[in-house]
Amino acid sequence: MIALRRSLPATPREWRNFLLGVAFASPWIIGFLAFTIIPISSSLYYSFTRYDLVRDPVWIGVRNYVAFADDADFRLVAGNTLWWVLLSSPLGVVSAFLMALLLNSRIIFRSFFRAIFFFPAIVPVVVTAFVWIFLLNIQYGAINSTLQAWGFKAIPFISSPKLMKSSLVVIHMWSQGAAMVIFLATLQDVPRSLYEAATVDGATAFRRLWNITIPMVSPVILFNLVISFIGGFQYFTLPWIMTQGGPSRSAEFYAIYLYRNAFQWFRMGKASALAWVLFLLILLFTYLLFRSSGRFVYYAGAAR
Amino acid sequence: MATQVTVAHYPQPWYRHALELLGHFLKYSVLIVLAVSFLLPFYWMMSSAVKNDAQIYVVPPIWFPRPQFWENFWNAWNSETFNLWTFNTVVRYALPATIGTVLSSSLVAYSFARIDWKGRDALFAIVLATMMVPDWVRLVPLFVIFKKLGWINTFNALVVPNFFGSAFFIFLLRQFFLALPLELSDAARIDGASELHIFVRIILPLSKAALAVVALFTFMNAWNDYLGPLIYLNREEKWVLTLGVGRLRSAVDEIGNTKLAYPWLMAVSSLITLPVFLAFFFAQRIFIEGISLTGLKG
Repeated sequence: MIALRRSLPATPREWRNFLLGVAFASPWIIGFLAFTIIPISSSLYYSFTRYDLVRDPVWIGVRNYVAFADDADFRLVAGNTLWWVLLSSPLGVVSAFLMALLLNSRIIFRSFFRAIFFFPAIVPVVVTAFVWIFLLNIQYGAINSTLQAWGFKAIPFISSPKLMKSSLVVIHMWSQGAAMVIFLATLQDVPRSLYEAATVDGATAFRRLWNITIPMVSPVILFNLVISFIGGFQYFTLPWIMTQGGPSRSAEFYAIYLYRNAFQWFRMGKASALAWVLFLLILLFTYLLFRSSGRFVYYAGAAR
Repeated sequence: MATQVTVAHYPQPWYRHALELLGHFLKYSVLIVLAVSFLLPFYWMMSSAVKNDAQIYVVPPIWFPRPQFWENFWNAWNSETFNLWTFNTVVRYALPATIGTVLSSSLVAYSFARIDWKGRDALFAIVLATMMVPDWVRLVPLFVIFKKLGWINTFNALVVPNFFGSAFFIFLLRQFFLALPLELSDAARIDGASELHIFVRIILPLSKAALAVVALFTFMNAWNDYLGPLIYLNREEKWVLTLGVGRLRSAVDEIGNTKLAYPWLMAVSSLITLPVFLAFFFAQRIFIEGISLTGLKG
């Protein structure tokens, strides 16, 4: 009670500020109720029902959740998604980091190269999808028809279930501009004096990278990794446009399966349950990432 | 007698210079190979856009098509209602979404940054927490709600939520507003200016750079958005560009049935990339600074 009383405005001036503050924040407060609280709670409710949008929701308890245990489709998409997240996130972060390192070294035309590396990140995803479909086409794609002309066998980048996900990883590494820019800004903030001191002590370029650069940017590595994990679990648009989750469902990711359940088969209950499991998975992985990061991440400001 | 100053002397082996040169050579080789491979997909897209079928279905690939069929751009664009879809994308989706986001996010950010009220920090923590909730959790129930409101196949479903602030941009603008000196507001308050007046007349004009970031990012997100329109817009006359190009894509999947399937797809893909390219070309600084701003302070 005391805590509550202390958190309430007391003086007229505090009241005035409180009302003003709430008034200015009211768009978000209303939106939070309408587009977050109500949807989230109804999503939780729907996840315990069978609901096809035509008839009213029917309460079925935890059956949607229990059914995942022996749902072959669920296992398939969960497996694909785990593969995707565990591979694409670290590789994407490495790709972004290496590009930033290159750009941060002493080079001419830096902003020109930076623009080139960054641009794929802001191209509409549909365009990325169409261009790569064509580039990687087994017969007439630029890569395969070059290979054929040189007498090699064509590589079924997007027509073989074995290669599809790897091709997506390559495209993912190609469009890491945003993470790269964040790395670049951080790299530029690493104090010069550290490098100078290390050079005087005779440290090699590799030692400087390993013992100065990486520790100094490690919080941002973690940040980019977390963002990438969260995005990776919700990966949808590119595989959906390119092959609708194919070939042979090799790129049928969690979000694609969720989309099908919700908007193709109108199983709103099951789709909601899927969404909640996804949410819990994301929370779990983010937590694990933060937990395990303690030993690897160096916070310059933190007392230890 | 003058004192001899000893200068620390590091042994410089004869090969040091050669190593440095080799390092430079390697660095620039990697840079150039990377840059070429980053640009190649775009070059492939644009060069394929001006080919005819004979130049498309050929091994080895043609990198410099001759002759070029520039009419592909015109014909592809007019093969479907791309004019209407552009209108939908810009006037009915991207512009109102941008206006809504800039207005609401700056208003809310002002409250969190420059009005000292009880409960503010707790509420701001909730704003940040909502960023953790995956969109997919909200998508299903929002679809149900919008369906009940009769908003399916209208742009309301895509536009209206933008008028209630976006957590990400509220965060970004709050960081920016916090950095402006408090004395500015205090002086105006002493002169009897209202909070709204301070916001509109003092804070907003000083924040043009940050507002430009928000506007640019929101507009681009709407221009590039695929999932939202896919879920809410089923009728063709309501489509946006990202859905519309899909039309040309299906022609590609049935090779042999449609003439110029690839050139047309690549032509329209180039055309809808063009505004993004121009925006980036002229506002590169806004892009780069906007992203580093959000990343660093996060």
